[in-house]
Amino acid sequence: MKLTGAEIFIECLKREGVKTVFALPGGVVLKIFDTLHQQKDVEVILTRHEQGAGHMAEGYAKATGKAGVCLVTSGPGMTNVITALADAYMDSVPLVCFSGQVPTNLIGNDAFQEADNVGLSRPCTKYNFLVKDVNDLAGTIKEAFHIATTGRPGPVLVDFPKDVSMAKAEFTYPNSVSIRGYNPTYDGNKWQIKQAAEAIMKAKKPILYVGGGVVFSAASQELLELAEMTQIPVDMTLMGLGAFPGEHPLSMGMLGMHGTYQANMAMHYSDLVIAIGARFDDRVTGKVSEFCPYAKIIHVDIDPTSIRKNIHVDIPIVGDCKTVLRELNHILRATVNGEQKDLRRPWWDQIQEWQQAHPLTYHQEKDGPIKPQQVVKRLYELTKDRDPIVSTDVGQHQMWAAQYFKLAKPNRWLTSGGLGTMGFGFPAAMGAQAAFRDRLVLCIAGDGSIQMNMQEMATAVVSKLPVKIIILNNGFHGMVRQWQDLFYEGRYASSYLDTTPDFVKLADAYGAVGFRVKKVGDLDGVLKEALSTDKPVIVDVPTYPYENCYPMIPAGGCNHEMILEDPPELKKKQSGSTKVTPEDKDTVLTA
Amino acid sequence: MEHIISVTVENKFGVLSRVAGLFSGRGFNIESLSVAPTLDPSMSQMTIVTSGDERIIEQIVKQLNKLIDVIKVVDLNETEFVSRETAIIKVHTKDQDRAEALRIVDIFRANVIDSTPTTYTIEVSGDPKKIEAIINLLQPLGIKDLVRTGRVAVAREPVRSTAAQAKKVARE
Repeated sequence: MKLTGAEIFIECLKREGVKTVFALPGGVVLKIFDTLHQQKDVEVILTRHEQGAGHMAEGYAKATGKAGVCLVTSGPGMTNVITALADAYMDSVPLVCFSGQVPTNLIGNDAFQEADNVGLSRPCTKYNFLVKDVNDLAGTIKEAFHIATTGRPGPVLVDFPKDVSMAKAEFTYPNSVSIRGYNPTYDGNKWQIKQAAEAIMKAKKPILYVGGGVVFSAASQELLELAEMTQIPVDMTLMGLGAFPGEHPLSMGMLGMHGTYQANMAMHYSDLVIAIGARFDDRVTGKVSEFCPYAKIIHVDIDPTSIRKNIHVDIPIVGDCKTVLRELNHILRATVNGEQKDLRRPWWDQIQEWQQAHPLTYHQEKDGPIKPQQVVKRLYELTKDRDPIVSTDVGQHQMWAAQYFKLAKPNRWLTSGGLGTMGFGFPAAMGAQAAFRDRLVLCIAGDGSIQMNMQEMATAVVSKLPVKIIILNNGFHGMVRQWQDLFYEGRYASSYLDTTPDFVKLADAYGAVGFRVKKVGDLDGVLKEALSTDKPVIVDVPTYPYENCYPMIPAGGCNHEMILEDPPELKKKQSGSTKVTPEDKDTVLTA
Repeated sequence: MEHIISVTVENKFGVLSRVAGLFSGRGFNIESLSVAPTLDPSMSQMTIVTSGDERIIEQIVKQLNKLIDVIKVVDLNETEFVSRETAIIKVHTKDQDRAEALRIVDIFRANVIDSTPTTYTIEVSGDPKKIEAIINLLQPLGIKDLVRTGRVAVAREPVRSTAAQAKKVARE
């Protein structure tokens, strides 16, 4: 029997196991929506903006490990979803985005709502397709899911002209895909892995540096075995949080610009860095010429271009983290004995010294303004038994969440790392909630970034996605303000947001539930009440506006040279002030 | 350092812009690029002349390999190769210059492929130095138009030395 393009699309989704599509309709995709409307296998979550649809698909993908799917219309629908595609590309999130396109005979004619979708998305997708013939549709969709989810995952766009959605063809879904130019390497080179094992056995000051690749290849168990067997401490990147249990004694926490003291010091003074599924981002390396000056570097990554892109690598291993770690553990199991522990005792002592010298700190006065770290810490302590999924936006609150929310398992952490997309957190949390209706999903946000996709509150209410948003509300673009205080003599150019909107009323206006924490003593009570509400919730927590996020490695700085607290002149300036003073406002206006 | 990279790609629309976009997006340099279908019409052969230090060339080769439409990448500088470029040069030739132009054509084993009373159109092939040399000589006559194909290159077949061959024969 012949099916329309729209019907073929749905059949393909079913065969790929897709249960949810995040979508927003428009002229050229009406046929697809009409067909979706008449079936029950694939749920459509109608978003209020295409960027929201993209981030929801990302959140869904990060939480489930499967490809997220979004569907947008041509022209502005497509341009709106670009940010999410670019975000997914930077963070290697498997995503398949279907964009509507004007009928094939109008392509290139500057038709209404036409855009060059393939051209627009080329630099920010792993691959993209324009389907010109309905007979190619099923094969193309199969290839799209294959490319998105294999190798180093990433977003794939399928551009879907209107006439193709209406034309009919016989439906056959291919069982397998063969693309001659695309054969990702999963098994690492055996000889190289052996070299790595030998280096690990000999190292006196080894450190594991693990990233999002461990999460995507589901290699946490293998990583845990490696770390425990060899007693090597673990540094996690922002994307790697959850890959290793945050409260494990070997966990050093996050490394990088706002990483912990011990994580960064251990990297700097290490003699063997074992990088697994991480890409030596500039937020991690700092000054490249002085990065890990004493270390040999082993780099395991499925993407050959990640290796030696930023720094020299001594033992490169191209392969899937899980497969390579299994092989590595297999070799090490036979060779590891008690000697390594003795060999590394001084290193471990040194690390513990670092840990004790400069643990993460903040000072919460009993009746003083609420410190943002306190909010994250209490949120963590109150929810950790419920195994929550946590999303963040981008900025100070994101770094505090990374520092204080110690995730125990992978696929619980939804954050925008590479692109640093403000407005990511809330829709991503909704995507995860759509995948796991019964789980607790938290969104830690700032008052700046939450406003970038606030409109999706309507989606959350209508589609019954009871995400709990906790806004660390400091009235600023906090990270910008921090940099201005540290590097721009405290001129708050366009970083002050004032205290609008009233997020409690806003939640109410959307049909969600709003709470405000008025003083630190109320924090636990309000959080508990919010967490037991089964609707979408905003908890507005006005926090101390001048709190800075430390440790901090200034951009281009060296990993062992961290700023650990406010410089004295800054401390003096801000002592006691809890509100933005009139002088500050003047600087805001005159800057 | 200059490198010649030979890239076998899928012969379909959009592939050239993926390759070109890779270079522009990452700030790599393209000195010349030529594309044409191979014997198998489902594939095209690109010859890209680029430059950069060892690390940049390694990235270029890896990034090209990462493109899904790219089937094979060879950095020809890693082997022996032969390369050629063709130029078509239209020169002004006043009466007294016509003989001189033909002499130059002869020296460079070039061909005159079109002629008018006041111009010759000359085709010349060779390595880039030869092309530069003939351009330099023709310049005083007045070059009206100049087009170059950019280089194409192919790896040399490895030849066993005669001594090794003799040994092999002896062993057999």
